[in-house]
Amino acid sequence: MSIQTILETMEYGVAPEDDSHARAWLDAHKDGFGHFINGEMTRPAHLFEVRDPARDTVLARVSQGQTADVDAAVAAARKAQPDWAKLSGHQRAKHLYALARHVQQHARLLAVLETLDSGKPIRESRDIDIPLVARHFYHHAGWAEILEDELPGQGPQGVCGQIIPWNFPLLMLAWKVAPALAAGNTVVLKPAEYTPLTALAFAEIAAECGLPKGVLNIVTGDGETGGAIVGHEGIDKLAFTGSTEVGRLIRERTAGSGKALTLELGGKSPFIVFDDADLDAAVEGVVDAIWFNQGQVCCAGSRILVAESVAARFETLLRARMTTLRTGDPMDKSTDIGAIVHPSQLARIRDLVARGAAQGATLHQGEAPQGCFFPPTLATDVAPASILSTEEIFGPVVTLTTFRTPSDAVALANNTRYGLAASLWSENINLCLDIGAQVKAGIVWINCTNIFDAGAGFGGYRESGFGREGGREGMRAYLRPSDAASGKAKGSEPAELQTGPAPQIKGAEIDRTAKLYIGGKQARPDSGYSYQVRGGKAVVGLAGLGNRKDIRNAVETASKAGGWGRATGHNRAQVLYYIGENLSARAAEFATRLESFGAGRKSAQAEVDTAIARCFWYAAQADKFDGAVHATKSDFVTLAMNEPLGVMGLVAPSAHPLLGAISLVLPAIAMGNRVVLVPSQAHPLAATDLYQVFDTSDLPGGVVNIVTGPRDELAKVLAAHDGVDAMWYFGSAAGGQMVDRESAGNLKQTWTECDDARDWSAKPGQGRLFLERATQVKNIWVPYGA
Amino acid sequence: MKTQTDVQTSEGALVPTAAGHAEAGRNPGMSLDVAMFEGHRVNRSAAERRCATLTSRRSVKKAHQAAWLVNAVRCVDLTTLAGDDTGARVQRLCAKARQPIAPHIVQGLGLDPEGLRVGAVCVYPTMVPHAVRALEGTGIPVASVATGFPAGLMPLHLRLEEIRWAVAQGAGEIDIVISRELALTHNWQGLHDEIAAMREACGEAHMKAILATGELETLNTVYAASMVAMQAGADFIKTSTGKESVNATLPVSLTMLRALRDYGMSTGHRIGFKPAGGMKQAKEALAWQILMKEELGRDWLNPDLFRFGASSMLGDIERQLEHYVTGRYADSSRHALA
Repeated sequence: MSIQTILETMEYGVAPEDDSHARAWLDAHKDGFGHFINGEMTRPAHLFEVRDPARDTVLARVSQGQTADVDAAVAAARKAQPDWAKLSGHQRAKHLYALARHVQQHARLLAVLETLDSGKPIRESRDIDIPLVARHFYHHAGWAEILEDELPGQGPQGVCGQIIPWNFPLLMLAWKVAPALAAGNTVVLKPAEYTPLTALAFAEIAAECGLPKGVLNIVTGDGETGGAIVGHEGIDKLAFTGSTEVGRLIRERTAGSGKALTLELGGKSPFIVFDDADLDAAVEGVVDAIWFNQGQVCCAGSRILVAESVAARFETLLRARMTTLRTGDPMDKSTDIGAIVHPSQLARIRDLVARGAAQGATLHQGEAPQGCFFPPTLATDVAPASILSTEEIFGPVVTLTTFRTPSDAVALANNTRYGLAASLWSENINLCLDIGAQVKAGIVWINCTNIFDAGAGFGGYRESGFGREGGREGMRAYLRPSDAASGKAKGSEPAELQTGPAPQIKGAEIDRTAKLYIGGKQARPDSGYSYQVRGGKAVVGLAGLGNRKDIRNAVETASKAGGWGRATGHNRAQVLYYIGENLSARAAEFATRLESFGAGRKSAQAEVDTAIARCFWYAAQADKFDGAVHATKSDFVTLAMNEPLGVMGLVAPSAHPLLGAISLVLPAIAMGNRVVLVPSQAHPLAATDLYQVFDTSDLPGGVVNIVTGPRDELAKVLAAHDGVDAMWYFGSAAGGQMVDRESAGNLKQTWTECDDARDWSAKPGQGRLFLERATQVKNIWVPYGA
Repeated sequence: MKTQTDVQTSEGALVPTAAGHAEAGRNPGMSLDVAMFEGHRVNRSAAERRCATLTSRRSVKKAHQAAWLVNAVRCVDLTTLAGDDTGARVQRLCAKARQPIAPHIVQGLGLDPEGLRVGAVCVYPTMVPHAVRALEGTGIPVASVATGFPAGLMPLHLRLEEIRWAVAQGAGEIDIVISRELALTHNWQGLHDEIAAMREACGEAHMKAILATGELETLNTVYAASMVAMQAGADFIKTSTGKESVNATLPVSLTMLRALRDYGMSTGHRIGFKPAGGMKQAKEALAWQILMKEELGRDWLNPDLFRFGASSMLGDIERQLEHYVTGRYADSSRHALA
């Protein structure tokens, strides 16, 4: 084309990245790739094709991992783990530092490979993905170095199984591998079957760096290979990033296995534009939110909520901006939107968009070439019930809805099963932080979106999963306390309930009735039945036989008591101290109650004393279990806030009828949660005595609810309840498995353990672990600039 | 503010195209309307983010890069604004303006050496007569800074007289400076009236309003001052005198372009933009042109709506173009001095 012609059109022309080095690397592996096990590539077998979605050509052939391959990888990781963990932090840090440096040295090869394999624009792989990969290894080299000082009393989980998605192939590898290795774990990782190439290149880099064999193992393959990892008995911890659907299956399959589990799942994140926002900035934010990586981003802001008063202007600006987006060859340096990763994903996007249009949505679309491409799409006239509003599309499709007031915006923002991220646009910092606190999301970006850094935690609320990656909170997922609960415990199986009249009950002079405690009021059980509570020798009282409906009522009242979570730490501390004070005033009565269950006098008194001390300890923590300000990018404050989980179901251990219940309730409510407690089935009366203490301690109604009765039956109702955000279950192994499985419904966090696994009267019965389990970290990104 | 939501857009253009006139009608200005800018907020972090990715989102290579650099030459206001300017110095600058790129390079690009000229020559008022003589018959306009450049702290009647004098000497374009005090104290009416008076003094000469954005500092003030200058009738808005400690930056330019676009959406008038000061490299010429095309569309890559206030940048462009033509890197000593 002549210069004269270009001067007339002023087109950009083509600017292709040179892919010859990457193609030469692929050519050197044209016989196919094996797995990376025990420091070596295995012989290629059971090959499947890996394709370039933009050109629809075969890039490589890769091995489909078999059960035997996973076995070999886990065995290698198991063998390597003790020596790897035994290395000093400094020695592990040197290995991670080398990985970071070599990623940088091979940066362009990795970027070009990533773009060939996934279809993402070279600009993104070059400027975002690969630099972040290096950043993660650097950051975690640091964690390896200072682990013993910064996170004392903790050790590695062991062998980690990690399954990663195709949208950020190498970046997700880095997010998983770097913290795992830093903490002294070894890894078996499976990249997505669409995009395994950079993981295989990374395996070569690990070998180049001299990473000890067996520390990192990479097995390629599809969901079946992933299933073999999930189900493998030799794996101690599983980390998965992918769809909520698969995450739920993994939750069900690992129920009761004792494997630690973190899940980074889907999202339908709100992008809220207030009337005082810089609208041009917000428009550009939409580009970064949903037209980044073809919208194949779990935290993509895919629901624009815009203030009605500025909606017309915002839409005008946004639609004008759409006309300058360039969809096409991902290897071209001027491409904004590349190829969809696979034709099956393209078909899914097309199907969802067609269904949305059939439901009445109006589509505004840019242009896209033929092939595996989808144009940038804005959908207006979208109702909250539209499939475009509810389903994660995982494509360059965004909806636009208006709101009237900030509270209207919050209601719409939280009207989703997910809770990964939120992006807020307003020049009013007061408003931003208020809304930031109210949105149910693990990541809140103020006047920005899709900003990532290794120093901040990433992860979701609700069905977007649990656990964090990055930062201090991310390291916790790969560590376990050195004094962790014993794995040899069996757990208690309560005796069968007797609901008939007892022979004779020895008790107080005037008859006392223990009821359920719901919404700050004593309540008779819905069933109308009571059951016998046995002491050392005889029946010592009756307890209400709670059922499904009592749990339902308790959860309902607990969910309405949200004000507790907004009270200051100081307010909550006051209540906890007051509980301790009132418990102390009635110490003798509680001791007598415990004695009636067969405890010796001394141990009964000790249990009451410990319970009182725990009130003080958690009261002390209520205003001290702080969040953090992470050091991330320049000109950002990144706030890591510890937020309550919401409504928690607590199933208390059988032994220690008072202390067991107290040890669960206190950390939960100290952090602002509301709880439904199922106390010791055998001896619930110490817990029901507590409601008189609560009543006199200014504890607001609904914060603690107590339902006595058949432990596992009640636990099952709680675990299956979508209004319960987390479950702590201390009972039998079978019960724990049931709770894990039932919790998959809304992917609530669970902590299930045999109730005799830890010594509740000693140090393991109290501590920061309980506070960490009672909170979730919300990272709020606040940029600044005058 | 008023918006036209039914505007047909292509390539991001939200300002209506010039309706049929061979030469776009000039901006007549309007009375002050604070509603068009009060309450308008510019988020600096977001503006910086947008600018940081502009040149990584768009790349022009090979023939396209050469063409874009040639276009930059067309848009250069070749400038000398120094205390030691002389008639001879200005003549030398004008010689470069007539032939900004060596003929063998222009021919190597397949272009007519006679057809490539810079946008204008920009000088101090007393240098205008030298420039007018040196450029006679070329059609290259002479631009003069005026109004007590660079600080602008002279009595208004003297500033207006300076404009009239420069125009009388043959300046076709006047680059005025605004009173920073009026902008910093938000005396928008005062600012509007001053600039409107300057516009009147310009007569047929096109007026570029220099905002001295480095001294306004915040992007909110830059946006407001841009809007007031346009309401007062500026044909161009310009970032800097080149004498402030901070000159043309991309975030400031982005803010001014958005003000310019918003003014166009409201009034239908197309205003030009001129970044000035501090731009020295060919790749900066590309960055600003990418900004123009992305934010406003292709029309704003023509010299009637876009100028660079620069001088040394031309030398780097010439070297890059020589490399494109010959495949060899040239030393600046081989190219004619501006």
